[in-house]
Amino acid sequence: MYDPTVARLTYRALLGRRRALILGALPLLLIVISVAVRALTGADDQTASDVLGGFALATMVPIIGVIAGTGAIGPEIDDGSVVYLLSKPLKRPTIIVTKLIVAIAVTMVFSAVPTLIAGLILNGNGQQVAVAYTVAALVSSIAYSALFLLLGTVSRHAVVFGLVYALVWEALFGTLVPGARTLSVQQWSLAVAHKIADGPLVTSDVGLPTATVLLVAVTVLATWYAGQKLRSLTLAGEE
Amino acid sequence: MAVEHPPAMPTGDQSRIHDIGYRGYDGPRLGRSYARRSLYSQSLRGAYGLGRSVKSKVLPMLLFAVMCVPAAIMVAVAVVTKAHELPVSYTRYAIVTQAVISLYVASQAPQAVSRDLRFKTVPLYFSRPIETADYVRAKFAALASALFILTGAPLLVMYVGALLSKMDFAHQTKEFAQGLVSVALLSLLFAGIGLVIAAFTPRRGFGIAAVIAVLTISYGAVSTLQAIADTQGSSSAVPWIGLFSPVTLIDGVQSAFLGGSSAYPGGTGPSGGQGVVHVLFVLGLIAACYGLLIRRYRKVGL
Repeated sequence: MYDPTVARLTYRALLGRRRALILGALPLLLIVISVAVRALTGADDQTASDVLGGFALATMVPIIGVIAGTGAIGPEIDDGSVVYLLSKPLKRPTIIVTKLIVAIAVTMVFSAVPTLIAGLILNGNGQQVAVAYTVAALVSSIAYSALFLLLGTVSRHAVVFGLVYALVWEALFGTLVPGARTLSVQQWSLAVAHKIADGPLVTSDVGLPTATVLLVAVTVLATWYAGQKLRSLTLAGEE
Repeated sequence: MAVEHPPAMPTGDQSRIHDIGYRGYDGPRLGRSYARRSLYSQSLRGAYGLGRSVKSKVLPMLLFAVMCVPAAIMVAVAVVTKAHELPVSYTRYAIVTQAVISLYVASQAPQAVSRDLRFKTVPLYFSRPIETADYVRAKFAALASALFILTGAPLLVMYVGALLSKMDFAHQTKEFAQGLVSVALLSLLFAGIGLVIAAFTPRRGFGIAAVIAVLTISYGAVSTLQAIADTQGSSSAVPWIGLFSPVTLIDGVQSAFLGGSSAYPGGTGPSGGQGVVHVLFVLGLIAACYGLLIRRYRKVGL
């Protein structure tokens, strides 16, 4: 289910030139912010939790997920070069799984590692806050990558829809409509983080069992459906 | 010409253009300003998906509706409760809905310029009588106008609703005018930033992600820092931090000069002097975006 050549090509597409620039800029910004915050306020668990929860997990992880998830397959479908990949004797689900693994790896490296570093800078992992948010970032990387990879195979406007989900649904509706929070990758990963952190700093609206089931279900279903979509892919012309 | 020239080109009667019978164009030459106007109106229509496929109409129209519906609801509530003031002031509305505006810029700025780059149609534009500055001005003006329509329409809805529910005419008109100035500045600034980023990538999807990252991430980072600076008692730093993201810049300008209330944490908008710096920053950014675009298109397609 894993093909090294496809993986290599996907890595090169994802980390080539400007994409790597934007992927690297976001974590850098997070670390700069945490240094600034630490200098302004000193080590404070609540502040650390606010920065990691509000900026790292709510904004940075979804955006990196969108870029990596849709970038793993979107451009190839867009410019039609995916036919050269599809005409090789490889199973379509294999291609999807390989691309998913690459997208997950890239998202994890660019989101979880900086989250851990930022957490250590902010409060030196007091009350396990840094580790908790790192695990949340790892878990949500998997779900986001699968979700946005699926979007990449379904729609030509995958990036827009991904951003609408990440920014409008999770951020805006999540704060206004409580029910929307149940259907949010961010809340599911927070449930996992809640289990790890000591104390009431990290909270989630979803219970851990529900969150785990939903996370696994979304990832597996999205990957399966993306494989199905790729099997019957029609190349549309430029609108 | 496929004619074989002798090595030493004789001048004069040897070379000639053959008339092979095509009919010449003798209609009116509409010229440069006409071409520029056409490019402007086509880009403006394109920004709302008019004259394009149904699929590409969906998103801009949806975002337009998302902008206007809350305004209509607020007006309805204000009419029913017989309020003397709208629940959200004209200048605050664009700040509250900044996520929608950012999404609109992110989806339409690459649409305006990236595809011309990707399909290498830019040299074709420049084979017409228009020049680099015309192209940039037309695209800039078109996106800014589209944004002005997007942000101005809800204000108009609120204004009409306020007048219909017999709120104070002079007061409402003044605030409406201030709101329009504020969204005009916002439109120019957002259009400039969006176009500059989009003009550097021929990939539409990547352009969208880059624009949204710059607009949203800077806003998220700045408001996080402002909140922390405020709770730590260094409120004087709050307006200065606000200089670093487009949304908070506009917020600072409107709260300093246009009678708006600030969304800065602690409600402390910039003072007069800081407000001037905010305005200069906004104008400087718009000018810088224009300059960068001109520079970008000086070399394109050669």
